[in-house]
Amino acid sequence: MKPVNEAKITFLSRSANEGFARTAAACFAAQLDPTLDEINDIKTAVSEAVTNCIVHAYPEALGLVTLRLRLFEDNVLEIMVKDAGVGIPDVEKARKPLFTTGGDDRSGMGFTIMESFMDKLKVRSLPGKGTTVTMRRRISRRLQA
Amino acid sequence: MPVQCEELGRVLTASVSGEVDHHAAKALMNELNRRVDAALPGRLELDMGGVTFMDSSGIAVVLRSWKRMRQLGGSMTLRAVPPQAAKVLKAAGVDKLIPWEE
Repeated sequence: MKPVNEAKITFLSRSANEGFARTAAACFAAQLDPTLDEINDIKTAVSEAVTNCIVHAYPEALGLVTLRLRLFEDNVLEIMVKDAGVGIPDVEKARKPLFTTGGDDRSGMGFTIMESFMDKLKVRSLPGKGTTVTMRRRISRRLQA
Repeated sequence: MPVQCEELGRVLTASVSGEVDHHAAKALMNELNRRVDAALPGRLELDMGGVTFMDSSGIAVVLRSWKRMRQLGGSMTLRAVPPQAAKVLKAAGVDKLIPWEE
């Protein structure tokens, strides 16, 4: 299916951009007239995906993170977060609740939150090449007054 | 990341505000640790009424404070947890671990 709208932003893996990325996603999603809860779920999931890039994909250096947002006719928002970082050796393990390589500073709940706040989550990773996280969420249609 | 603290007897109330993400978490965690270690309270009340956004970075902040309070033989309560932060904390089962009021 072809998207009806699309936006793409590429930014440096600086932690100051976490807020920028989730706010940009929320602004793009606004055209679907989402509820506040839906907006919050989207912001939270984007924040988790982008934080993963900043903390794990580029642990020692800065790299580029791409956020691609797409809208489909059936009111589905697709969010893709892509990096060209170190990759994840074992995606299945990384997706498990509480698993983290980030020590005491991290909760290990990032993927669990993306999974439970979105309808679909796909993680593709190649060690040494990078990781692409794709999430989908259908936004409820509200009755017009 | 502003944290406002108030000591009343052996109770330390720490009010957190703003966006609690990975960008803000480290400074917040350090500040909370510093205030708890200075006050050595019997109970820490973490007031989250001013939190406008929280992701899983906030789970680690809350759990770290809770562990520190346990080491000190004290307790911890979460107060005024906004709905968005509540959903994140509940995803990690924090509500089953730490007493809280929404």
